[in-house]
Amino acid sequence: MAVAAKPLPHAHTHATEGPDPRESLMFDPRPRSLMNAWAMEAMHETSWKFWAVAAFLALIVLVFLVGAWAWMIMEGLGLAGVNRPAFWGVFLVNTVFWIGISHAGTFISAILRVLKVEFRRPFTRAAELMTAFGLIQAGFSILMHMGRVWLSYWLLPYPNQRQLWPNFHSPLTWDFLAITTYLLSSLMYLYLPLIPDLAMARDRSSGWRKRLYRILALGFRGTEGEWEHLRKAMTIFAFAIIPVMFSVHTIVSWDFAMATRPGWSSTIFGPYFVIGALHSGMAAVVVVLFFVRRMKHMKYFVRPEHFDALGKLMLVISMAWAYFFFNDYIVQWYGGDKWTRMLLEYHENGPLGWMWMLMLICNVAVPWLLLWNRRVRRTPWLMAIIGILINVGMWLERYVIVPISLTINRMPFTWRQYVPGIEIPLGIGTLALFILLYMLASRLIPLVPIWEVQEGQMVHSLERVGKTYVPVVKELE
Amino acid sequence: MEKTLTIPEYKADWAEGENGKWGMVIDMDLCTGCQACVAACAMENNISFVGEEDAGYGRTMHWIRIERFWEGTYPEIRMTPYQPILCQQCGHAPCEPVCPVFASVHSQAEQINLQVYNRCVGTRYCANNCPYQVRVFNWRDWPRPAPLENQLNPSVTVRRKGIMEKCTFCIQRIRQAEDVAKSEGREIRDGEVVPACAQACPADAIVFGRLDDPGSRVSQLANSPRGKKLLEELGTLPQVTYLLGG
Repeated sequence: MAVAAKPLPHAHTHATEGPDPRESLMFDPRPRSLMNAWAMEAMHETSWKFWAVAAFLALIVLVFLVGAWAWMIMEGLGLAGVNRPAFWGVFLVNTVFWIGISHAGTFISAILRVLKVEFRRPFTRAAELMTAFGLIQAGFSILMHMGRVWLSYWLLPYPNQRQLWPNFHSPLTWDFLAITTYLLSSLMYLYLPLIPDLAMARDRSSGWRKRLYRILALGFRGTEGEWEHLRKAMTIFAFAIIPVMFSVHTIVSWDFAMATRPGWSSTIFGPYFVIGALHSGMAAVVVVLFFVRRMKHMKYFVRPEHFDALGKLMLVISMAWAYFFFNDYIVQWYGGDKWTRMLLEYHENGPLGWMWMLMLICNVAVPWLLLWNRRVRRTPWLMAIIGILINVGMWLERYVIVPISLTINRMPFTWRQYVPGIEIPLGIGTLALFILLYMLASRLIPLVPIWEVQEGQMVHSLERVGKTYVPVVKELE
Repeated sequence: MEKTLTIPEYKADWAEGENGKWGMVIDMDLCTGCQACVAACAMENNISFVGEEDAGYGRTMHWIRIERFWEGTYPEIRMTPYQPILCQQCGHAPCEPVCPVFASVHSQAEQINLQVYNRCVGTRYCANNCPYQVRVFNWRDWPRPAPLENQLNPSVTVRRKGIMEKCTFCIQRIRQAEDVAKSEGREIRDGEVVPACAQACPADAIVFGRLDDPGSRVSQLANSPRGKKLLEELGTLPQVTYLLGG
């Protein structure tokens, strides 16, 4: 696994002019003990404000998620806004949205790790956590959607007395299996790179934390053999999880594409949904990084260069999304089917046409106009705002695809607009749980993979060639 | 009926154009839009009373509905013929393959599409995929107004919240007639099975019977040149024929 000396974009600049290479985390090494201490401090030191926010979020989760859901289970789905013809509503929108969010984790972590993209190092952990926590919200959202959630285990192929199996012809069964596979594999993939950091934390803590980390670190001591095994396991998982990630969102798209509905039965939905997932997920990583930077010492690890790199990726993905959107649109429009034509007309000029418009503004116009600019890309708060806007746009995209498209069917007698009901508090509840899980995780595990940064810094160096410093990446293993 | 140990076929082994066992013909030129079929169906099949608010929001539970459209503004309107819409009992039903738990299944014996209520988990995928939008969902457990809780039909299951339901061609009446015919050692006679909607129709616009019997009234009407199938282009092979333009 040779890593060629890869000149950075500014490598050609003279040593005395141009940006200082030490702006880059990889060329700005600090003593390991100091970095470890920072990571521990970031976990330990918590202000009362943090716990106040956490308590508030816990209250929202309790009322909006647990309470409202219990009420809905008792009363029935009548509390939600779903009706005929919009049998699927915001619950499905949220499911697709959260699965989309969860995609960035694997993309950044696995794909960038496999391709040995160096800027990934400080934020793989934050992205992987996003996968795990996003999938939990997606799971909750799909369970909320079910009419009889207490029987949801019937989707599992378990042996039973009546010899009943799930219907393997149904995209929902594929979906159930795909999401379960993705959740389990991404949890394992989150755990493996966590082990060295847990071992580091074990050696630097006491009390209940020590006991917890001792169990979780699995006795990792950092011997050569352990590292070799760990690297091998991570490589296997990184490669294996990439097809899983692509398949999951493709299968989610098949929930729609396999149906005989105008606007849904589109052959391009698979890649379109995958790109949409990356679009929202990448933007969400930027938002999370903005908040990680606000933690103590984390400004050292997460730097403008990382926002810069992510901004470029976001711009490319936004273009890809626009391409797929246009492709989907133009083929449906050109097809000239009567119902599809009515549906497209309803998307754009219907009572919720503003959503369609806002979707395009947030997903295309905002990134295209702003992310060209290096200064914008290097301003974390601005990137966080762009990230939030893209997520709003992607949520609206799913809203347009699910309830708005369901409004138009082949029986005009049943056309009726969908107005969300209890979906709104339940959706807020899942968002609060997502943030709360992140906050609690930030107290228990280092949000920045310290060993990965240290490993990167070991192999990066600046070597003087004549009058210039040339950044050099050495072979790692 | 043969008992098979394989997974039930969700798609009937059907060739295009082959007729299933039971079928219906609705003469739209005779229909007056009186809604007697809607009321009779609700009584026969223990359909919930949804109430004004939910009904206004698109949660009516009727297994059969009368569709009518008009052009222009009152009183200068031009009406379209009334069209009763019920489950078309498709031969290639789009609702069947999408159900993750086999709650929407094809009856091999009757060649109609059935919903297994106690298997339904309420994903509502079948309803989304139904091009005729005839499936209705129990959004709540609605209370039955005072005297009506005493008139429940004992032959039909009551459904609780979170379950999809739809027209069954009054399967309980079909089964009863089949049992009687079997005990008397004969075939079912034409006109012996009358679903509630057909029974209630004052104009005799709804005719029900066996499509595999070329001599039956329903077969002859279904083959009439006035016959049309709803959304036939989707290839769902509906069992209901509409007569129009006489």
